[in-house]
Amino acid sequence: MTYLAKPRLHHPELPKNALGYTRRDYEGAISTLCAGCGHDSISAAIIQAFFDLDIAPHRVAKLSGIGCSSKTPTYFLGNSHGFNSVHGRMPSVLTGAALANRDLIYLGVSGDGDSASIGLGQFAHVLRRGVNMVYIVENNGVYGLTKGQFSATADRGSRSKRGAANNDEPIDLVLLALALGATFVARGFSGDKAQLVPLIKAAVMHRGAAFIDVISPCVAFNNHPGSTKSYDYVREHNEAVNRLDFMPEREPIGVEYPDGGTSDVVLHDGGLLRLRKLDAGYDPSDKVQAMSFLEAHRARGEVVTGLLYLHADSDDMHAALQTVDAPLNALSDADLVPGNAALGGVNASLR
Amino acid sequence: MIGAAWNGARAFTATSGPGISLMQEFLGLAYFAEIPAVLFDVQRGSPSTGMPTRTQQADLLSCAYASHGDTRHVLLFPEDPRECFELGALAFDLADRLQTPVFVMLDLDIGMQDWLCEPLAWDDRKTMDRGKVMSAQELDAGRDFGRYLDVDGDGIPWRTYPGTHPSKGSYFTRGTTKDRYARYTEEGPAYVDNMQRLLRKFETARALLPRPEITNASQPATAGVIWFGSTGAAMAESLAELERRGIHLDRMRIRAFPFHDSVAEFIAAHEHVFVVEQNRDAQLKMLLVNECRIDPARLSSVLHYDGTPITERMITREIAEQARLFVPGLGFQRPGIRKVS
Repeated sequence: MTYLAKPRLHHPELPKNALGYTRRDYEGAISTLCAGCGHDSISAAIIQAFFDLDIAPHRVAKLSGIGCSSKTPTYFLGNSHGFNSVHGRMPSVLTGAALANRDLIYLGVSGDGDSASIGLGQFAHVLRRGVNMVYIVENNGVYGLTKGQFSATADRGSRSKRGAANNDEPIDLVLLALALGATFVARGFSGDKAQLVPLIKAAVMHRGAAFIDVISPCVAFNNHPGSTKSYDYVREHNEAVNRLDFMPEREPIGVEYPDGGTSDVVLHDGGLLRLRKLDAGYDPSDKVQAMSFLEAHRARGEVVTGLLYLHADSDDMHAALQTVDAPLNALSDADLVPGNAALGGVNASLR
Repeated sequence: MIGAAWNGARAFTATSGPGISLMQEFLGLAYFAEIPAVLFDVQRGSPSTGMPTRTQQADLLSCAYASHGDTRHVLLFPEDPRECFELGALAFDLADRLQTPVFVMLDLDIGMQDWLCEPLAWDDRKTMDRGKVMSAQELDAGRDFGRYLDVDGDGIPWRTYPGTHPSKGSYFTRGTTKDRYARYTEEGPAYVDNMQRLLRKFETARALLPRPEITNASQPATAGVIWFGSTGAAMAESLAELERRGIHLDRMRIRAFPFHDSVAEFIAAHEHVFVVEQNRDAQLKMLLVNECRIDPARLSSVLHYDGTPITERMITREIAEQARLFVPGLGFQRPGIRKVS
């Protein structure tokens, strides 16, 4: 097991971002997950995304539920406050946290057991409320901590390590997120960092509920022939509809893409998403088409990845609730306590 | 509620017994990870769905010891809407100060019916007590920050809000066991150390909570009566009627759990004490026996639990009957000490 502290000595010439942080400043403790776990690649992608975005680590709050995936916030953003909550109920804790201080960035990390079974109700409501967050499900199709039982996202007919077939229909969290009104919906693969890092960056810059389902093979219990969440299966059946580049607006856009069409999306804060289309017929602004495309490909056993749906100028929960601009946790007595005179009015109204 | 409070906002939820049952796991987390939370529990009747529109005081045990493992929670017992307002405001200060869930235990009769009560009043000099929250300046000044470190000896650690400082004061909140610096550990001594500190914190709570209201009978009395919550109005009427019949009882209205030391002292000062409550199992009596180490024979229960508000007639009848059995000088001697000839 790796309960070792990481060395604090850093190479003096490590590259720094615009805030003067090195990539090391975005790391956490050493992972205790199995060597080769997809989740560790996702942690690395999160570290890369926040480093690239020049976001100070302490301005991020990372929240998780219970499970292998939910352990990972220990392994990135070591200077951020973290909250390892209860099984399946990270979304409610995140919702409350997001209400209390709108100035922080909220990163929810969950797994398929956490979000698609015990936490399905909470998953639904945090998306439909438009909580401004990035919600990542590290989806491996099994309960890894309890030795590999099928989870609710395991495909029908896929086989466990011991050879048993799964009889139940899978829950496709991407389709569900679309139906529930998430305004940024994507699917990535832990084995494709070049695709995943820009997806996370774009999700962070998106205002509203951003959901990324990341297929993340479990090397201990779900990486064998017959599994549809193994490295080999996902590599063979990965149907990427687009590639994404995220760039802050201040940088000139000088990159040319000779193959296929591109389309640009300006985000609310001025950042820009450039989509390189890999499937000419896929339009991520069309939710209805996205849903039928996903279903058709799922029926063929293909794993569709990329930015699958984006509602670029969406609002979030704070806009819907018309909360004040100041973080609620910074309001003072003067803001919050109307005093005895106002109470007199209440008393009078009850006489 | 838990997420908002963790992030430094005041948050509460209003619920009833089934909601308390549903929230057990979160309550354990809030107790163990030490997150302020305020719950208004409007106690209705019965286990399960029961009598959703009827009144009882039957959630004391499920709130006092909510969630698995060793837990204990702070409860407040208002007697009418005015006191709901006062104790409600106080609950937020207590939750922030103690960094733990605080339950305001309303009876449904208070929560749902129209009441006649004193006008609500607010002291404009009062300011919110946000408890021990370390600022960026204090962290920069070099104060040692350990999320679960008892620096003041009262069992209450310091906390930081997320986003306070770029490199100091961050910590990981978790339901798993941890050491004083919030680092994951399953070491036995670290666990015991933390649980002992939580007990110290509970002792600190005992002194901070509203004290019981104690009043004496019009004549020296050897027996007393204890009640709480919506029983108050019927109790006042009953006490007057009992005095008229020559039964004099000293009175104590309990307002909070853990019980103030004066609660045990009141019981010790009387030969017999009646405990009037609105549930079947004598939950307040159980808490008194368990938490104050009281001989159960010193207490007898007056229990009303059919879902209707408790009445003066019922209390008077029960106490008058039991007084003949238990209170020397009022008829029969206590059965346990009756002389055998």
